[in-house]
Amino acid sequence: MAAQPLVTFDRVTKRFGDFTAIDDLTLDIFEREFFALLGPSGCGKTTLLRLLAGFEAPDEGRVLLGGEDLAGVPPYRRPVNMMFQSYALFPHLTVAGNIAFGLKQDRLPKAEIAERVDEMLALVQLGALAQRKPDQLSGGQRQRVALARSLAKRPKVLLLDEPLAALDRKLREETRFELKELQARLATTFVIVTHDQDEAMTVADRIAVMDHGRIAQVGVPAEIYEQPNSRWVAEFVGDVNLIEGRVTTVYPSFVLLERDGLRLRVAATAVVSPGTTAWAALRPEKISIAHEASDSAENGAAGIVTDIGYLGTVSRYKVRLDCGLVVEAAMMNASRRASQTIGVNDRVWLSWTPEAGVLLTR
Amino acid sequence: MGDMSKTTNTRSSRLIVLAPYAWLVLFFLAPFLIVLKISLSQSTLMQPPYAPLLALDAGWQGLKDFFGALSLDNYAALFTDALYRRSYLKSLEVAAVSTAILLFIGYPVAYALARAPRRWQAILVLLVVLPFWTSFLIRVYAWINILQRDGLLNDALLALHIIDRPTTWLATDSAVYIGIVYSYFPFMVLPLYATLERMDESLLEAAADLGAPPWKTFFLVTVPLSLPGIAAGALLCFIPITGEFVMPDLLGSSATLMIGQTLWTEFFGNRDWPAAAALAVVLLVILAGPILLYQRREARALERR
Repeated sequence: MAAQPLVTFDRVTKRFGDFTAIDDLTLDIFEREFFALLGPSGCGKTTLLRLLAGFEAPDEGRVLLGGEDLAGVPPYRRPVNMMFQSYALFPHLTVAGNIAFGLKQDRLPKAEIAERVDEMLALVQLGALAQRKPDQLSGGQRQRVALARSLAKRPKVLLLDEPLAALDRKLREETRFELKELQARLATTFVIVTHDQDEAMTVADRIAVMDHGRIAQVGVPAEIYEQPNSRWVAEFVGDVNLIEGRVTTVYPSFVLLERDGLRLRVAATAVVSPGTTAWAALRPEKISIAHEASDSAENGAAGIVTDIGYLGTVSRYKVRLDCGLVVEAAMMNASRRASQTIGVNDRVWLSWTPEAGVLLTR
Repeated sequence: MGDMSKTTNTRSSRLIVLAPYAWLVLFFLAPFLIVLKISLSQSTLMQPPYAPLLALDAGWQGLKDFFGALSLDNYAALFTDALYRRSYLKSLEVAAVSTAILLFIGYPVAYALARAPRRWQAILVLLVVLPFWTSFLIRVYAWINILQRDGLLNDALLALHIIDRPTTWLATDSAVYIGIVYSYFPFMVLPLYATLERMDESLLEAAADLGAPPWKTFFLVTVPLSLPGIAAGALLCFIPITGEFVMPDLLGSSATLMIGQTLWTEFFGNRDWPAAAALAVVLLVILAGPILLYQRREARALERR
């Protein structure tokens, strides 16, 4: 991407006492992007958001917005707005009063404020509740008010701190799509902080996976999922079988990995040399499970089904291979035929292509 | 067996509910009725110094005579004598001004307490109430010492060249205000601290995020959200200050004649119990408004919890 980034974290470090929350982190976020900061709690993702909002100042490095250093600019002068995890709605103001709060600080004419408030209420479909107080609203409605309030000033960047965490599952999943649609319609840059990989994958154009104040990997959702660059990312994003082995032979397009007599052909997605240790990351849904061995498969192993998890759309099978390794395979229930019904203690054959796995060196 | 324990349970829980009412009847309603009765009597030189007395042995006629002799004369006197009116007004004035000063000084202190690091807060709150572990009278006499002509206050002001000759503090309104503000300080600070301490800090961040600089955030978010504390603190100070006796008596002069002193003079000086009783009843009526307001607020706050 040659365009100038809208937001830049330039070698930023932030410490709280002995704890390093952000560790020499560099990251670019571009205009109109829906960007997700994904990571477990304590990885520094919220701190990164607060550095951009101005609630924290970096100990080292710079935070740039539109090419300008934000150092010394207080939160109330930054053209970014934040939707708080707790929503932080003013309990003494009505829904309309909450949404108008930021606009009043800009000294906009009254008519324009009223117009913008109505527009925002329509945007989140809360027009009928304009005069309610926050404690008279449901959780979902409060979440919408918080969203409307943070969008009312038309910020250059909207910061969302775990915006859906307080909603129940069904509402959360619906709201994900609404958020994505809203971002596309408003053409505003959204930066979302979340610990939920499904949420990040659903809404974001790009994801930064964070770990211990550093960025483990940045990429589009498919990249993060299909080509994780480390065991840590592979395990944090989705389910994965990590098979450790010794590299025996390196071919131009694939690598042979050996472990306890099991031989794996893995596409050469990383540079390795024979004799070193490497890992094959295999997503369960990329492993086929059948009663009979298929001759065409380049990777295959036989084993016994020890456990089956039925999850509605998919079933997950735990298989103990003859070499002792336990591997998980998943199959869509829609593609499962009656004749193929697999039960616990069945002897099965697992197979996968070399491209199904990702070769990892760390 | 189960049924029996249930009935005893409800009976004892009924007794528990009745306990506060019994307390109120015994220690509030009964004394109030006695005071009310005395306020309707006439002053005499006998023992007790008022008449009529209820003579139950005189039967029906005695009861009739008793009620016939009661009159509203004392109340009429309260409204015709300018002295009483002035001391009521002075009391309300002192209470209002003191409450305003207390709010003005107490709010920043409570705010600083609430924003102090958590581990310091308990100690700081303790420091606010610590002076009140010494006897009240000792502290008032200490103030007399500080405020007298060659006291600490004049010494300090002279040393700082704020004044060039000693000022008279004692027996002035200023001394009364200093004493009252000093002694009611925790009653203002603690309720304010309680509401400010509970306030969600993310609300302040949200206000800043939406473009409000700190001073605007204070007036648009902090103050409105601390209104319950302001109301509690103000009423908790205003109500007792109106009836304050010790401060104006020991630190003030005849110019700061508050209702408490007037009442004391009627009772002990003039031995006019009926007039003193009438004064007390009227004071209670004046304060009934703020007291009810305070109790309504407290009840509502309890309900919300």
